[in-house]
Amino acid sequence: MSTQTTTPEARVETSRPRRRLDAAWVARNGVYLALVVLVLLNVVITPYFVSASNLRLQLIQAAPVIIVALGMSLVIGTKGIDLGVGSVMALSAAIMPLYIGYGTLPAILIGVAAGLVTGFVSGTLVAKLGLQPIVATLAIFVGGRGLANVIGGQIKNLSDPGLVRLGSGSTLGVPNTVLVAALVFAVVWFVVRRTTFGRGVEAIGGNPRAAELAGLRRARILLIVYMVAGVLAALAGVLAAARSQASDPRTLGLLMELNAIAAVVIGGTPLTGGKVRVVGTVAGALLMQLLVSTLVAQDVPDSVAQMIQAGVIVVAVWVQLGRKRP
Amino acid sequence: MTSSPAPVLESAADSTRVVRTTRSRGEVLARLAQRNGALATLVVLVVAMAVVFPSFATAGNLSQIAIQSSFFAPLALGMTFVIFTGGIDLSVGSVYALGGVLAAWGSQYGPVVAVLLPLAGCGLIGLVQGTIISRTAIPAFIVTLAGLLFARGLLLILTDEGSTTYKVPADSAFLQLSRGTFLGLGWPVWITVVLFAAGVLVLRRTSYGSTLLAVGGQEDAAELMGLPVRRSKVIVYTVSGLLAGLAGALTASYTASGVTTLGVGLELTAISAVVLGGTLLTGGAGTVFGSLVGIVLLQVVANLINRLGLTNSNWQAVVNGVLLVAVAVGQVQLSRIQARSRPGDD
Amino acid sequence: MTTTSPPPSATAERPTTPALQADGVTKRFAGVTALSDVSFSVQPGSIHALVGENGAGKSTLIKVLTGVHRPDEGRLLHQGVETSFGRAADAQDAGISTVYQEVNLVPLLSVARNVFLGREPRTRLGLVDVRRMEREAAEITRDLGVDVDVTGDLGRLGLGIQQMIALARAVSVDARVVIMDEPTSSLERREVDTLFTVARRLRDQGVGIVFVSHRLDELWQLCDAVTILRDGRVVHTGEMAPLTRRELISHMLGRDIDDVAAHGATGFGDAAAGVGSAPGADADADAAAGAGPESAGGASPAPEGALVGSGVGTTTATPALSADPVLSVSGLDARAALHDVSFDVRQGEVLGLAGLLGSGRSETVKAAYGALATTGGEVRVGGRPVRRNSIRASLAAGVALLSEDRKAEGIIPELSVRDNIVLAVMDRVSTFGVISDRKVDELVDTFVRRLGIKVSSPRQLVSQLSGGNQQKVLIARWLCTEPRVFLLDEPTRGIDVGAKREVQGLIDELASRGLGVVLISSESDELVEGSDRVVVLRDGRVSARLEGDDVTSSRLLAALVGDAAPEGGTS
Repeated sequence: MSTQTTTPEARVETSRPRRRLDAAWVARNGVYLALVVLVLLNVVITPYFVSASNLRLQLIQAAPVIIVALGMSLVIGTKGIDLGVGSVMALSAAIMPLYIGYGTLPAILIGVAAGLVTGFVSGTLVAKLGLQPIVATLAIFVGGRGLANVIGGQIKNLSDPGLVRLGSGSTLGVPNTVLVAALVFAVVWFVVRRTTFGRGVEAIGGNPRAAELAGLRRARILLIVYMVAGVLAALAGVLAAARSQASDPRTLGLLMELNAIAAVVIGGTPLTGGKVRVVGTVAGALLMQLLVSTLVAQDVPDSVAQMIQAGVIVVAVWVQLGRKRP
Repeated sequence: MTSSPAPVLESAADSTRVVRTTRSRGEVLARLAQRNGALATLVVLVVAMAVVFPSFATAGNLSQIAIQSSFFAPLALGMTFVIFTGGIDLSVGSVYALGGVLAAWGSQYGPVVAVLLPLAGCGLIGLVQGTIISRTAIPAFIVTLAGLLFARGLLLILTDEGSTTYKVPADSAFLQLSRGTFLGLGWPVWITVVLFAAGVLVLRRTSYGSTLLAVGGQEDAAELMGLPVRRSKVIVYTVSGLLAGLAGALTASYTASGVTTLGVGLELTAISAVVLGGTLLTGGAGTVFGSLVGIVLLQVVANLINRLGLTNSNWQAVVNGVLLVAVAVGQVQLSRIQARSRPGDD
Repeated sequence: MTTTSPPPSATAERPTTPALQADGVTKRFAGVTALSDVSFSVQPGSIHALVGENGAGKSTLIKVLTGVHRPDEGRLLHQGVETSFGRAADAQDAGISTVYQEVNLVPLLSVARNVFLGREPRTRLGLVDVRRMEREAAEITRDLGVDVDVTGDLGRLGLGIQQMIALARAVSVDARVVIMDEPTSSLERREVDTLFTVARRLRDQGVGIVFVSHRLDELWQLCDAVTILRDGRVVHTGEMAPLTRRELISHMLGRDIDDVAAHGATGFGDAAAGVGSAPGADADADAAAGAGPESAGGASPAPEGALVGSGVGTTTATPALSADPVLSVSGLDARAALHDVSFDVRQGEVLGLAGLLGSGRSETVKAAYGALATTGGEVRVGGRPVRRNSIRASLAAGVALLSEDRKAEGIIPELSVRDNIVLAVMDRVSTFGVISDRKVDELVDTFVRRLGIKVSSPRQLVSQLSGGNQQKVLIARWLCTEPRVFLLDEPTRGIDVGAKREVQGLIDELASRGLGVVLISSESDELVEGSDRVVVLRDGRVSARLEGDDVTSSRLLAALVGDAAPEGGTS
């Protein structure tokens, strides 16, 4: 009944440390490299790339993805996944306008609360009822958007001034949505790097058994993680609606889960959990955004753009996995 | 153990010991529920609806349900087999749409091309995905996610960025594929029946079926037993692509055109149907028939929601979500009951 | 040094060609030599025992024999012909079948399907002939003396029966060589008898069987020949019958029994002499001198830079073995694993927990820590009962457990050394959840220095450390929790000699500082020299207790072996 400890077979030393270091380095930092390359490429081939307005645009467009991806990175860090984020965006964007009569802030808070609730649901399913994350969040994916459509129809004109200011206005020259994204980034970064909770997330994903043996509260941490992901997705939904001044539950946040997962994975956070690369996630989101807009600027048709995206995702993961065999 | 102690043995023949796996009543019920829960729910629902809505139990309505299910069913069959191996195929929705477009475009060259082209194209995509999955450590989730994007991109290329909708010529025999009937039921229904029957056969009566379950249940054991793990994975994803293409072709035949916006999120509906049917998402165990039940169940629920006046398909989605959770939680609880009362733990 | 007895069947006919043979095989894994010039042959029609402790090389040898690994040196001969298997399946095709300790079947498939997986009988149409498959599977299992419903799922059956099914599968392949790797570990007495009957029948049919087991009694019951491995080498090979139990065990453990008492072989201080000696604290001196307790000579109980100041344990140099038990375990029951296990550990004492593989040692300490579900019994720390089955309660009460398997249950690979060290005390090094680098650094530096953890920086990834250093990191983790009781499960396993000695010295020191220590070790020297008292387990029950003068290698061996009389003769 006692198990073997690390038998000689288990530890494969490298006979050529230099090479291994390079591969690992690329795996960890490849996303920044790619980002730099892409930026330089654009500087050369895209006119007006370096203009302030273009940079603003890129960041504004990337903001919702960044926010969602940050939440997703926490979930993935625990070896989980959240397929529901897109639907949660639609849900929060559908709920918020209904309460705009109470004021901008209350409406936003209520919209964000929707994400808290869905996060609580999926978190409970995963942490307490033992459901697989993919199934639990799949249910949110399937049901959430439907619920969003039922609750709120298509709204063409969200003209509440507070909302408009949030979505399209700027503070000190920086667009508000970008400010929010930056704030979220700062908070998540801080939590992951400097708090016990962040360590807990990585420990649970890295070695759940060891974490439990060390006295960590696995169920509680998982619940919180899913709730945070829900809240951030809801926030992104509110921002997206504010910016476009419209809320269409049919299309808002469509495919967002895929974008977010791709950003996280490309950014260097392994799907198997254990490590959360916050800066990498942001870089991954920016990379995907920049990739898309580069292709658009070069008049590459949507079709080819999607295929290129697909290729980039596979290659990025493959590189990240290094030499592991199935 | 419930057997009585045996004396010192002379030969193996003397030592015949009857091993009865005694099960508690709760455990028996749990097992039954897990295996047949979806079917039971379906039966109950159908009976209830027949009583409440007089127009439900008509041949017309029932065959409508059958046909609607049958367009989508082959796709779910493919997904079922993929899930047996513990994998997942997120690309089927896009591949389905691709199949439809290929069929519609190919129909100008005759019905044969209209069927073969989607099979070939979609099967190829499945083949590539299966090869990557079986040969690298990249998770199936990621590979088929990329496949989803790739297929949709391909789709757009073929249709001038979605602007062209190929129409099936009005006189084409291809249209008969979905509109013709045999013994009162449409061809697609028969195709589905045949496919699922074949699926059951493959699962229960071929070593390929056993291999798939072995791969999903205990891949290292399968490797050690010398089973063709890699090959079986390649085949299962190829078939998934093929079936998705077929489903797309059937739909194209029905709508007489290749609609590019179809199939978004369809893979997740397929997964729902599979989970509802009782197949474990972790792989290694499941039922082909269950997936069929799952599909029909979803269809009947949709019908119910319509009749309740909630014609909005969004209610459908909400109910599906709740249903999925309920069934999944049920599955988990049931397997916990079974694990707890397994004999031999003492 | 290899000893041999007269080779099997020497009296009989002309020497037969071995069914399977390893000749001078050496196998290395990145710097560690798992097998060194090993020669091993299986004769047809004989049952050959393969024995050795954990890490001796048994599983590696089996993997070489079955084609999972290729030897770096030496060759493999099948029926006298030099062969090399490409993959595991090739060995199977060649008629070499293996039954593993972990049932290597698919629990969710039916029994019949499992038996014939990959080789299902076909109908003329090419489909699997289910009826024939089930009929033949029923026949085979009946022949084995097990009557099961072959259509039911395998996973529904008890592990013992599953093991029999695995054997049935091996048998049905028409194998000429069957390798059984610890097949009896989950079997009851009756099932073991059945297994043996079948094995004998196979032998009589000319099959060559390799039988690996740690249940030593079984070996004489079943086997004709025996080969003993230790540290990757063959230390004995020959007939089974003439070998005595003591000879077997002493070969396995590498100890000349009478030799043990004279010299120390570990870094432990002379534990029997009580506190005050902490020679292991100075690892360099020990390693250089290669000596043991003789270097003690009245060392002070509080070595330089020790655990003082980090608040570990009681900082006063308490006299050893104070009367009150700091840990008291009574009547512990855990489903199949433990039955009515009770023992006490006093402050400042090291209690050794001994037993052969599978006796329940790890389960005992896990149960005491709340990491294994217990169905009965009580655990008290310092007289106060601790809530059962709760790791957090145990930690709060001052219990710490160093797991046996540091890879599966210890190390968080992607985190740094410092994160791994403070993992269990994060609340203590943070304010309102925010980690205080200063506090962490303080704690980490103390332990890195004190335990001699070799890192380029505490922020290094723990996965890059050697086994010994990883172990120290884990020890540091638990020491941070300021435990009153420290449960150590194989603390020196898989680490180099130098680190071993350091850890042993540390254990001494911890005890001298008043901790209660429970020590599990498969190396009898280590256990004997490190412990004040020893509790011996067998099949999940306490089978013997050794105290005082009885804590010697020979008494321990006797207890392990089950001899009533401690000295001399075969039993």
